[in-house]
Amino acid sequence: MASVFCFGSGVCTGFLEWFGNLGIFFWQVLKAVVTPPYEWRELIRQMDEVGSKSLPLVALAGAAVGVVLSMETRESMTRFGAKSLLPSAIVFAVIQEMGPIITGLVVSGRVGAGIGAELASMKVTEQIDAIEASAINPYRLLAATRILACILMLPLLTVAADAGGLLMGWVAQTLAEPISLHHFINTGFSGATLRDFLPPTFKTAVFGLIIGLVACFQGMRTRGGAEGVGRAATNSVVLASLFVILADVVLVKLILVVFH
Amino acid sequence: MATAYDIAMEQAEIKQDGGAPVVAVENLQKAFETQKVLNGMSLSVSRGETLAVLGRSGTGKSVLLRLIIGLDQPDSGSIRINGQEIVGLALDGMGEIRKKMGFLFQQAALYDSLTIAQNVAFPLERHRGEMSRSERGDRVEQLLAEVGMEGDLDKMPSDISGGMKKRVGLARALALEPEILLLDEPTAGLDPISSGEIDDLILKLQRERQMASIVVTHDLHSARTIANRLALLDQGNVVIAGSFEDLERSEIKFVKEFLK
Repeated sequence: MASVFCFGSGVCTGFLEWFGNLGIFFWQVLKAVVTPPYEWRELIRQMDEVGSKSLPLVALAGAAVGVVLSMETRESMTRFGAKSLLPSAIVFAVIQEMGPIITGLVVSGRVGAGIGAELASMKVTEQIDAIEASAINPYRLLAATRILACILMLPLLTVAADAGGLLMGWVAQTLAEPISLHHFINTGFSGATLRDFLPPTFKTAVFGLIIGLVACFQGMRTRGGAEGVGRAATNSVVLASLFVILADVVLVKLILVVFH
Repeated sequence: MATAYDIAMEQAEIKQDGGAPVVAVENLQKAFETQKVLNGMSLSVSRGETLAVLGRSGTGKSVLLRLIIGLDQPDSGSIRINGQEIVGLALDGMGEIRKKMGFLFQQAALYDSLTIAQNVAFPLERHRGEMSRSERGDRVEQLLAEVGMEGDLDKMPSDISGGMKKRVGLARALALEPEILLLDEPTAGLDPISSGEIDDLILKLQRERQMASIVVTHDLHSARTIANRLALLDQGNVVIAGSFEDLERSEIKFVKEFLK
Protein backbone atom coordinates (compact mmCIF):
# COMPACT_ATOMS: atom_id res chain seq x y z
CA MET A 1 0.00 0.00 0.00
CA ALA A 2 2.81 2.35 0.98
CA SER A 3 4.67 1.60 -2.24
CA VAL A 4 1.52 2.33 -4.28
CA PHE A 5 1.18 5.66 -2.45
CA CYS A 6 4.85 6.48 -3.06
CA PHE A 7 4.49 5.63 -6.75
CA GLY A 8 1.35 7.77 -6.99
CA SER A 9 2.93 10.74 -5.28
CA GLY A 10 6.03 10.36 -7.47
CA VAL A 11 3.90 10.45 -10.62
CA CYS A 12 2.00 13.49 -9.28
CA THR A 13 5.24 15.31 -8.45
CA GLY A 14 6.67 14.51 -11.89
CA PHE A 15 3.46 15.69 -13.56
CA LEU A 16 3.43 18.99 -11.62
CA GLU A 17 7.15 19.50 -12.17
CA TRP A 18 6.71 18.99 -15.93
CA PHE A 19 3.91 21.56 -16.10
CA GLY A 20 5.87 23.97 -13.89
CA ASN A 21 8.90 23.75 -16.17
CA LEU A 22 6.66 24.13 -19.23
CA GLY A 23 5.20 27.30 -17.66
CA ILE A 24 8.69 28.73 -17.03
CA PHE A 25 9.70 27.83 -20.58
CA PHE A 26 6.57 29.51 -21.97
CA TRP A 27 7.34 32.66 -19.94
CA GLN A 28 10.88 32.78 -21.34
CA VAL A 29 9.54 32.42 -24.88
CA LEU A 30 6.88 35.08 -24.28
CA LYS A 31 9.53 37.53 -23.05
CA ALA A 32 11.67 36.74 -26.09
CA VAL A 33 8.74 37.29 -28.49
CA VAL A 34 7.85 40.76 -27.24
CA THR A 35 11.37 42.18 -26.94
CA PRO A 36 13.69 43.09 -29.83
CA PRO A 37 15.68 42.05 -31.77
CA TYR A 38 13.13 40.16 -33.83
CA GLU A 39 14.22 37.12 -35.81
CA TRP A 40 12.23 37.83 -38.99
CA ARG A 41 14.43 35.79 -41.32
CA GLU A 42 14.32 32.73 -39.11
CA LEU A 43 10.55 33.17 -38.65
CA ILE A 44 10.01 33.16 -42.42
CA ARG A 45 12.25 30.10 -42.78
CA GLN A 46 10.23 28.31 -40.11
CA MET A 47 6.93 29.34 -41.69
CA ASP A 48 8.14 27.72 -44.88
CA GLU A 49 9.24 24.65 -42.94
CA VAL A 50 5.94 24.32 -41.06
CA GLY A 51 3.58 25.65 -43.73
CA SER A 52 4.76 24.94 -47.27
CA LYS A 53 6.30 21.60 -46.45
CA SER A 54 3.25 20.36 -44.53
CA LEU A 55 0.80 21.55 -47.20
CA PRO A 56 0.73 18.43 -49.43
CA LEU A 57 0.35 16.08 -46.47
CA VAL A 58 -2.39 18.15 -44.83
CA ALA A 59 -4.30 18.61 -48.09
CA LEU A 60 -4.04 14.88 -48.78
CA ALA A 61 -5.27 13.99 -45.29
CA GLY A 62 -8.14 16.46 -45.69
CA ALA A 63 -8.99 14.94 -49.08
CA ALA A 64 -9.03 11.43 -47.63
CA VAL A 65 -11.37 12.54 -44.86
CA GLY A 66 -13.62 14.22 -47.45
CA VAL A 67 -13.91 10.98 -49.42
CA VAL A 68 -14.62 8.86 -46.36
CA LEU A 69 -17.16 11.35 -45.02
CA SER A 70 -18.93 11.46 -48.36
CA MET A 71 -19.14 7.68 -48.62
CA GLU A 72 -20.15 7.07 -45.00
CA THR A 73 -22.60 9.96 -44.75
CA ARG A 74 -24.26 9.13 -48.04
CA GLU A 75 -25.19 5.69 -46.70
CA SER A 76 -26.71 7.08 -43.48
CA MET A 77 -28.43 10.07 -45.10
CA THR A 78 -30.03 7.88 -47.72
CA ARG A 79 -31.30 5.55 -45.00
CA PHE A 80 -32.96 8.48 -43.20
CA GLY A 81 -34.29 10.08 -46.41
CA ALA A 82 -32.10 13.14 -46.10
CA LYS A 83 -29.86 12.62 -49.12
CA SER A 84 -30.39 16.22 -50.29
CA LEU A 85 -28.62 17.41 -47.13
CA LEU A 86 -25.48 15.46 -47.98
CA PRO A 87 -23.46 18.46 -49.31
CA SER A 88 -24.31 20.46 -46.18
CA ALA A 89 -23.38 17.52 -43.95
CA ILE A 90 -20.01 17.22 -45.65
CA VAL A 91 -19.35 20.97 -45.61
CA PHE A 92 -20.24 21.37 -41.94
CA ALA A 93 -18.38 18.27 -40.84
CA VAL A 94 -15.24 19.27 -42.75
CA ILE A 95 -15.03 22.96 -41.88
CA GLN A 96 -16.21 22.72 -38.30
CA GLU A 97 -14.35 19.71 -37.05
CA MET A 98 -12.63 17.33 -39.42
CA GLY A 99 -10.45 19.90 -41.20
CA PRO A 100 -9.15 21.55 -38.01
CA ILE A 101 -8.53 18.36 -36.04
CA ILE A 102 -6.95 16.50 -38.94
CA THR A 103 -4.65 19.46 -39.54
CA GLY A 104 -3.77 19.58 -35.83
CA LEU A 105 -2.94 15.88 -35.68
CA VAL A 106 -1.04 15.73 -38.97
CA VAL A 107 1.06 18.75 -38.02
CA SER A 108 1.60 17.31 -34.53
CA GLY A 109 3.12 14.27 -36.19
CA ARG A 110 5.16 15.90 -38.94
CA VAL A 111 6.21 19.18 -37.37
CA GLY A 112 6.15 18.08 -33.71
CA ALA A 113 8.55 15.22 -34.40
CA GLY A 114 10.70 17.41 -36.63
CA ILE A 115 11.08 20.25 -34.13
CA GLY A 116 11.51 17.86 -31.19
CA ALA A 117 14.25 15.86 -32.91
CA GLU A 118 16.03 18.87 -34.41
CA LEU A 119 16.24 20.82 -31.16
CA ALA A 120 17.08 17.71 -29.15
CA SER A 121 19.93 16.93 -31.52
CA MET A 122 21.17 20.53 -31.21
CA LYS A 123 20.92 20.26 -27.44
CA VAL A 124 22.93 17.05 -27.06
CA THR A 125 25.64 18.31 -29.43
CA GLU A 126 25.89 21.57 -27.43
CA GLN A 127 24.77 23.67 -30.41
CA ILE A 128 22.11 25.37 -28.27
CA ASP A 129 24.77 26.12 -25.65
CA ALA A 130 26.95 27.53 -28.43
CA ILE A 131 24.11 29.83 -29.49
CA GLU A 132 23.70 31.02 -25.91
CA ALA A 133 27.47 31.40 -25.49
CA SER A 134 27.45 33.64 -28.59
CA ALA A 135 25.16 36.04 -26.66
CA ILE A 136 22.11 35.01 -28.67
CA ASN A 137 18.89 34.20 -26.83
CA PRO A 138 18.02 30.61 -27.87
CA TYR A 139 14.41 31.08 -26.73
CA ARG A 140 14.11 33.91 -29.26
CA LEU A 141 16.02 32.31 -32.12
CA LEU A 142 14.89 28.70 -31.81
CA ALA A 143 11.67 28.47 -29.79
CA ALA A 144 9.82 31.74 -30.45
CA THR A 145 10.25 31.49 -34.22
CA ARG A 146 9.07 27.89 -34.37
CA ILE A 147 6.09 28.47 -32.08
CA LEU A 148 5.01 31.61 -33.96
CA ALA A 149 5.38 29.78 -37.28
CA CYS A 150 3.08 27.01 -35.99
CA ILE A 151 0.53 29.54 -34.70
CA LEU A 152 0.48 31.45 -37.99
CA MET A 153 0.53 28.48 -40.35
CA LEU A 154 -2.02 26.16 -38.72
CA PRO A 155 -5.10 28.21 -39.75
CA LEU A 156 -3.78 28.43 -43.33
CA LEU A 157 -3.12 24.71 -43.42
CA THR A 158 -6.62 24.15 -42.08
CA VAL A 159 -8.03 26.05 -45.04
CA ALA A 160 -6.02 23.72 -47.30
CA ALA A 161 -7.35 20.65 -45.47
CA ASP A 162 -10.90 22.02 -45.73
CA ALA A 163 -10.46 22.67 -49.45
CA GLY A 164 -9.04 19.19 -50.02
CA GLY A 165 -11.84 17.61 -47.98
CA LEU A 166 -14.62 19.50 -49.78
CA LEU A 167 -13.16 18.90 -53.22
CA MET A 168 -12.70 15.17 -52.72
CA GLY A 169 -16.03 14.97 -50.88
CA TRP A 170 -17.62 16.34 -54.04
CA VAL A 171 -15.62 13.92 -56.24
CA ALA A 172 -16.79 10.93 -54.17
CA GLN A 173 -20.34 12.26 -54.23
CA THR A 174 -20.35 12.87 -57.97
CA LEU A 175 -18.90 9.43 -58.68
CA ALA A 176 -21.85 7.89 -56.83
CA GLU A 177 -24.43 10.32 -58.19
CA PRO A 178 -23.29 13.09 -60.55
CA ILE A 179 -23.65 16.62 -59.16
CA SER A 180 -21.93 19.78 -60.39
CA LEU A 181 -19.30 21.37 -58.13
CA HIS A 182 -21.20 24.64 -58.31
CA HIS A 183 -24.40 22.99 -57.09
CA PHE A 184 -22.53 21.03 -54.41
CA ILE A 185 -20.91 24.20 -53.04
CA ASN A 186 -24.09 26.27 -53.26
CA THR A 187 -26.17 23.64 -51.48
CA GLY A 188 -23.44 22.85 -48.96
CA PHE A 189 -22.84 26.45 -47.92
CA SER A 190 -26.50 27.55 -48.16
CA GLY A 191 -27.02 27.56 -44.39
CA ALA A 192 -23.43 28.39 -43.43
CA THR A 193 -22.18 31.73 -42.13
CA LEU A 194 -18.72 33.08 -41.30
CA ARG A 195 -19.44 32.10 -37.68
CA ASP A 196 -19.41 28.48 -38.82
CA PHE A 197 -16.12 28.86 -40.63
CA LEU A 198 -13.89 31.37 -38.83
CA PRO A 199 -13.89 30.19 -35.18
CA PRO A 200 -13.09 26.53 -36.03
CA THR A 201 -10.38 27.64 -38.46
CA PHE A 202 -8.75 30.06 -36.04
CA LYS A 203 -8.95 27.65 -33.12
CA THR A 204 -6.12 25.81 -34.86
CA ALA A 205 -3.85 28.71 -33.91
CA VAL A 206 -4.16 27.31 -30.39
CA PHE A 207 -3.23 23.88 -31.75
CA GLY A 208 -0.20 25.56 -33.32
CA LEU A 209 0.77 27.07 -29.99
CA ILE A 210 0.47 23.67 -28.31
CA ILE A 211 2.44 21.82 -30.99
CA GLY A 212 5.23 24.40 -31.15
CA LEU A 213 5.47 24.87 -27.41
CA VAL A 214 5.48 21.17 -26.50
CA ALA A 215 7.94 20.22 -29.26
CA CYS A 216 10.36 23.08 -28.47
CA PHE A 217 10.14 22.35 -24.74
CA GLN A 218 10.78 18.64 -25.20
CA GLY A 219 13.63 19.30 -27.62
CA MET A 220 15.42 21.98 -25.63
CA ARG A 221 15.38 20.06 -22.33
CA THR A 222 16.73 16.83 -23.82
CA ARG A 223 19.50 14.95 -22.08
CA GLY A 224 21.53 11.95 -23.09
CA GLY A 225 22.66 11.23 -26.65
CA ALA A 226 20.78 9.50 -29.42
CA GLU A 227 18.35 7.85 -27.01
CA GLY A 228 17.41 11.28 -25.65
CA VAL A 229 16.82 12.60 -29.17
CA GLY A 230 14.52 9.67 -29.98
CA ARG A 231 12.66 10.13 -26.72
CA ALA A 232 12.22 13.86 -27.34
CA ALA A 233 10.80 13.26 -30.82
CA THR A 234 8.39 10.58 -29.60
CA ASN A 235 7.27 12.60 -26.58
CA SER A 236 6.77 15.68 -28.73
CA VAL A 237 4.37 13.84 -31.04
CA VAL A 238 2.52 11.96 -28.31
CA LEU A 239 2.07 14.94 -25.98
CA ALA A 240 1.29 17.44 -28.74
CA SER A 241 -1.36 15.11 -30.24
CA LEU A 242 -2.87 14.44 -26.82
CA PHE A 243 -3.02 18.13 -25.89
CA VAL A 244 -4.44 19.05 -29.30
CA ILE A 245 -7.31 16.59 -28.80
CA LEU A 246 -7.94 17.81 -25.25
CA ALA A 247 -7.78 21.45 -26.35
CA ASP A 248 -10.24 20.68 -29.14
CA VAL A 249 -12.82 19.51 -26.61
CA VAL A 250 -12.48 22.73 -24.63
CA LEU A 251 -12.39 24.98 -27.71
CA VAL A 252 -15.46 23.38 -29.32
CA LYS A 253 -17.43 24.04 -26.13
CA LEU A 254 -16.07 27.58 -25.94
CA ILE A 255 -16.99 28.29 -29.57
CA LEU A 256 -20.49 26.92 -29.01
CA VAL A 257 -20.96 29.14 -25.96
CA VAL A 258 -19.48 32.30 -27.46
CA PHE A 259 -20.55 32.14 -31.11
CA HIS A 260 -23.87 30.25 -31.15
CA MET B 1 51.86 28.25 4.29
CA ALA B 2 50.00 29.95 1.47
CA THR B 3 46.81 28.28 0.30
CA ALA B 4 46.16 27.46 -3.33
CA TYR B 5 43.79 30.42 -3.52
CA ASP B 6 46.44 32.78 -2.13
CA ILE B 7 48.89 31.54 -4.74
CA ALA B 8 46.28 31.97 -7.47
CA MET B 9 45.46 35.51 -6.39
CA GLU B 10 49.13 36.39 -6.01
CA GLN B 11 49.85 35.12 -9.50
CA ALA B 12 46.89 37.03 -10.85
CA GLU B 13 48.35 40.21 -9.46
CA ILE B 14 51.34 39.87 -11.79
CA LYS B 15 49.28 41.68 -14.37
CA GLN B 16 50.49 42.72 -17.69
CA ASP B 17 48.28 45.81 -17.88
CA GLY B 18 48.21 46.73 -14.22
CA GLY B 19 44.41 46.29 -13.97
CA ALA B 20 42.12 44.07 -11.91
CA PRO B 21 41.66 40.42 -12.86
CA VAL B 22 39.45 40.04 -15.93
CA VAL B 23 37.90 36.87 -14.52
CA ALA B 24 37.69 36.39 -10.75
CA VAL B 25 35.98 33.34 -9.30
CA GLU B 26 35.53 33.10 -5.56
CA ASN B 27 34.30 30.32 -3.31
CA LEU B 28 32.32 28.68 -6.10
CA GLN B 29 30.07 25.77 -5.16
CA LYS B 30 28.13 23.60 -7.57
CA ALA B 31 26.43 20.25 -7.09
CA PHE B 32 24.36 18.11 -9.44
CA GLU B 33 21.75 16.40 -7.27
CA THR B 34 23.87 14.76 -4.56
CA GLN B 35 27.19 14.98 -6.41
CA LYS B 36 29.27 17.97 -5.37
CA VAL B 37 31.33 19.09 -8.37
CA LEU B 38 32.84 22.39 -7.25
CA ASN B 39 33.57 22.85 -3.58
CA GLY B 40 34.54 26.43 -2.81
CA MET B 41 36.79 26.97 -5.80
CA SER B 42 38.57 30.30 -6.26
CA LEU B 43 40.82 31.52 -9.05
CA SER B 44 41.44 34.54 -11.22
CA VAL B 45 42.88 35.39 -14.62
CA SER B 46 44.31 38.67 -15.88
CA ARG B 47 44.56 40.18 -19.34
CA GLY B 48 47.19 38.52 -21.49
CA GLU B 49 47.39 35.53 -19.17
CA THR B 50 46.58 31.91 -20.02
CA LEU B 51 45.49 29.72 -17.14
CA ALA B 52 45.38 25.97 -17.73
CA VAL B 53 42.93 24.14 -15.49
CA LEU B 54 44.01 20.54 -14.99
CA GLY B 55 42.53 17.66 -13.09
CA ARG B 56 41.05 14.22 -13.27
CA SER B 57 37.80 13.59 -15.12
CA GLY B 58 34.73 14.69 -13.19
CA THR B 59 36.52 17.26 -11.04
CA GLY B 60 34.43 20.09 -12.44
CA LYS B 61 36.79 21.62 -15.01
CA SER B 62 34.21 21.94 -17.79
CA VAL B 63 31.54 22.92 -15.26
CA LEU B 64 33.78 25.82 -14.23
CA LEU B 65 33.84 27.14 -17.81
CA ARG B 66 30.07 26.74 -18.15
CA LEU B 67 29.58 28.72 -14.94
CA ILE B 68 31.92 31.49 -16.10
CA ILE B 69 30.00 31.95 -19.35
CA GLY B 70 26.66 31.62 -17.55
CA LEU B 71 25.39 28.44 -19.17
CA ASP B 72 24.87 27.07 -15.66
CA GLN B 73 24.37 28.85 -12.37
CA PRO B 74 26.49 28.09 -9.27
CA ASP B 75 24.81 27.08 -6.02
CA SER B 76 26.83 29.77 -4.27
CA GLY B 77 29.92 31.89 -4.72
CA SER B 78 30.90 34.79 -6.90
CA ILE B 79 32.02 35.18 -10.52
CA ARG B 80 33.18 38.62 -11.59
CA ILE B 81 33.95 39.57 -15.18
CA ASN B 82 35.84 42.85 -15.39
CA GLY B 83 34.65 43.49 -11.84
CA GLN B 84 30.96 42.89 -12.63
CA GLU B 85 29.19 40.17 -10.70
CA ILE B 86 27.45 37.82 -13.13
CA VAL B 87 25.93 35.25 -10.77
CA GLY B 88 22.15 35.62 -10.96
CA LEU B 89 22.21 37.85 -14.05
CA ALA B 90 19.20 37.34 -16.33
CA LEU B 91 19.63 35.97 -19.87
CA ASP B 92 19.59 39.42 -21.50
CA GLY B 93 22.01 40.91 -18.97
CA MET B 94 24.34 38.01 -19.52
CA GLY B 95 24.26 38.66 -23.26
CA GLU B 96 26.39 41.80 -22.98
CA ILE B 97 28.96 39.93 -20.87
CA ARG B 98 29.05 37.02 -23.31
CA LYS B 99 29.90 39.33 -26.20
CA LYS B 100 33.26 39.81 -24.47
CA MET B 101 33.86 36.06 -24.31
CA GLY B 102 34.73 33.38 -26.82
CA PHE B 103 34.02 29.75 -26.00
CA LEU B 104 35.48 26.71 -27.74
CA PHE B 105 33.39 23.67 -26.88
CA GLN B 106 34.95 20.25 -26.39
CA GLN B 107 33.30 18.89 -29.55
CA ALA B 108 33.42 22.31 -31.23
CA ALA B 109 29.57 22.45 -31.34
CA LEU B 110 29.44 23.77 -34.89
CA TYR B 111 25.94 24.40 -36.26
CA ASP B 112 25.50 21.38 -38.49
CA SER B 113 22.98 23.03 -40.83
CA LEU B 114 25.41 25.85 -41.69
CA THR B 115 28.60 25.85 -43.74
CA ILE B 116 31.92 26.59 -42.10
CA ALA B 117 31.85 30.20 -43.31
CA GLN B 118 28.27 30.62 -42.09
CA ASN B 119 29.25 29.19 -38.68
CA VAL B 120 31.94 31.84 -38.27
CA ALA B 121 29.68 34.57 -39.69
CA PHE B 122 26.85 33.66 -37.28
CA PRO B 123 27.93 35.82 -34.29
CA LEU B 124 28.93 38.65 -36.64
CA GLU B 125 25.50 38.68 -38.30
CA ARG B 126 23.84 38.98 -34.91
CA HIS B 127 26.13 41.44 -33.16
CA ARG B 128 27.89 43.41 -35.90
CA GLY B 129 24.86 44.69 -37.76
CA GLU B 130 26.87 47.71 -38.88
CA MET B 131 29.11 45.47 -41.01
CA SER B 132 28.21 45.22 -44.68
CA ARG B 133 27.88 41.77 -46.25
CA SER B 134 31.24 42.11 -48.01
CA GLU B 135 32.97 43.33 -44.83
CA ARG B 136 31.54 40.37 -43.00
CA GLY B 137 32.70 38.03 -45.73
CA ASP B 138 36.21 39.49 -45.56
CA ARG B 139 36.26 39.15 -41.77
CA VAL B 140 35.14 35.52 -41.98
CA GLU B 141 37.87 34.77 -44.53
CA GLN B 142 40.43 36.50 -42.33
CA LEU B 143 39.35 34.55 -39.24
CA LEU B 144 39.42 31.26 -41.11
CA ALA B 145 42.83 32.12 -42.56
CA GLU B 146 44.11 32.77 -39.02
CA VAL B 147 43.21 29.21 -38.07
CA GLY B 148 44.42 27.74 -41.36
CA MET B 149 40.99 26.93 -42.80
CA GLU B 150 40.80 29.46 -45.59
CA GLY B 151 40.26 26.86 -48.31
CA ASP B 152 37.18 25.22 -46.75
CA LEU B 153 34.63 28.00 -46.53
CA ASP B 154 31.76 26.15 -48.17
CA LYS B 155 32.27 22.76 -46.54
CA MET B 156 29.72 21.46 -44.04
CA PRO B 157 30.86 20.53 -40.50
CA SER B 158 30.11 16.88 -41.24
CA ASP B 159 32.70 16.96 -44.06
CA ILE B 160 35.71 17.96 -41.94
CA SER B 161 37.87 16.21 -39.33
CA GLY B 162 37.80 16.73 -35.55
CA GLY B 163 40.90 18.91 -35.62
CA MET B 164 39.45 21.07 -38.38
CA LYS B 165 36.20 21.43 -36.41
CA LYS B 166 38.20 22.73 -33.45
CA ARG B 167 39.93 25.25 -35.70
CA VAL B 168 36.59 26.47 -37.03
CA GLY B 169 35.19 26.53 -33.48
CA LEU B 170 38.17 28.66 -32.48
CA ALA B 171 37.60 31.02 -35.42
CA ARG B 172 33.95 31.36 -34.37
CA ALA B 173 34.97 31.99 -30.76
CA LEU B 174 37.28 34.79 -31.95
CA ALA B 175 34.73 36.40 -34.27
CA LEU B 176 33.62 39.11 -31.82
CA GLU B 177 37.22 39.84 -30.75
CA PRO B 178 36.68 38.63 -27.18
CA GLU B 179 38.62 39.83 -24.15
CA ILE B 180 38.23 36.41 -22.58
CA LEU B 181 38.76 33.07 -24.29
CA LEU B 182 37.46 29.87 -22.72
CA LEU B 183 38.74 26.64 -24.24
CA ASP B 184 37.28 23.30 -23.21
CA GLU B 185 39.71 20.49 -24.02
CA PRO B 186 41.04 22.08 -27.23
CA THR B 187 43.31 19.12 -28.00
CA ALA B 188 41.15 16.23 -26.72
CA GLY B 189 40.73 13.44 -29.22
CA LEU B 190 43.34 14.81 -31.60
CA ASP B 191 46.51 13.13 -32.82
CA PRO B 192 49.83 14.57 -31.52
CA ILE B 193 50.48 16.55 -34.71
CA SER B 194 47.01 18.15 -34.73
CA SER B 195 47.32 18.82 -30.98
CA GLY B 196 50.62 20.57 -31.56
CA GLU B 197 49.10 22.64 -34.35
CA ILE B 198 46.20 23.71 -32.12
CA ASP B 199 48.65 24.59 -29.32
CA ASP B 200 50.73 26.69 -31.72
CA LEU B 201 47.59 28.39 -32.93
CA ILE B 202 46.47 29.25 -29.39
CA LEU B 203 49.93 30.59 -28.56
CA LYS B 204 49.97 32.71 -31.71
CA LEU B 205 46.51 34.12 -30.96
CA GLN B 206 47.50 34.85 -27.39
CA ARG B 207 50.58 36.75 -28.50
CA GLU B 208 48.60 38.77 -31.04
CA ARG B 209 45.45 39.46 -29.05
CA GLN B 210 46.48 39.51 -25.37
CA MET B 211 43.25 37.91 -24.19
CA ALA B 212 42.62 36.42 -20.76
CA SER B 213 42.31 32.70 -21.43
CA ILE B 214 41.22 29.72 -19.41
CA VAL B 215 42.07 26.36 -20.95
CA VAL B 216 40.56 23.21 -19.50
CA THR B 217 42.68 20.23 -20.44
CA HIS B 218 43.90 16.78 -19.50
CA ASP B 219 46.91 17.25 -21.70
CA LEU B 220 49.85 18.15 -19.47
CA HIS B 221 52.16 18.77 -22.42
CA SER B 222 49.66 21.10 -24.03
CA ALA B 223 49.06 22.93 -20.73
CA ARG B 224 52.78 23.43 -20.25
CA THR B 225 53.13 24.77 -23.80
CA ILE B 226 50.30 27.28 -23.87
CA ALA B 227 49.74 28.40 -20.27
CA ASN B 228 51.56 30.94 -18.13
CA ARG B 229 49.95 29.46 -15.09
CA LEU B 230 48.36 26.12 -14.19
CA ALA B 231 45.71 25.26 -11.61
CA LEU B 232 45.29 21.65 -10.57
CA LEU B 233 41.85 20.63 -9.33
CA ASP B 234 40.84 17.80 -7.08
CA GLN B 235 37.47 17.18 -5.46
CA GLY B 236 36.09 20.46 -6.73
CA ASN B 237 38.82 22.70 -5.46
CA VAL B 238 42.21 24.10 -6.51
CA VAL B 239 44.94 21.96 -4.99
CA ILE B 240 47.75 24.11 -6.34
CA ALA B 241 48.12 26.99 -8.76
CA GLY B 242 51.31 28.34 -10.22
CA SER B 243 53.85 27.82 -12.98
CA PHE B 244 54.70 24.34 -14.19
CA GLU B 245 57.88 24.56 -12.16
CA ASP B 246 55.83 25.38 -9.03
CA LEU B 247 53.81 22.23 -9.65
CA GLU B 248 56.95 20.19 -10.18
CA ARG B 249 58.41 21.46 -6.91
CA SER B 250 55.24 20.72 -4.96
CA GLU B 251 55.39 18.12 -2.20
CA ILE B 252 51.62 17.47 -2.36
CA LYS B 253 51.06 13.77 -3.03
CA PHE B 254 48.21 14.30 -5.50
CA VAL B 255 50.28 16.79 -7.50
CA LYS B 256 53.20 14.41 -7.67
CA GLU B 257 50.93 11.57 -8.81
CA PHE B 258 49.26 13.76 -11.42
CA LEU B 259 52.58 14.88 -12.90
CA LYS B 260 53.99 11.36 -13.05
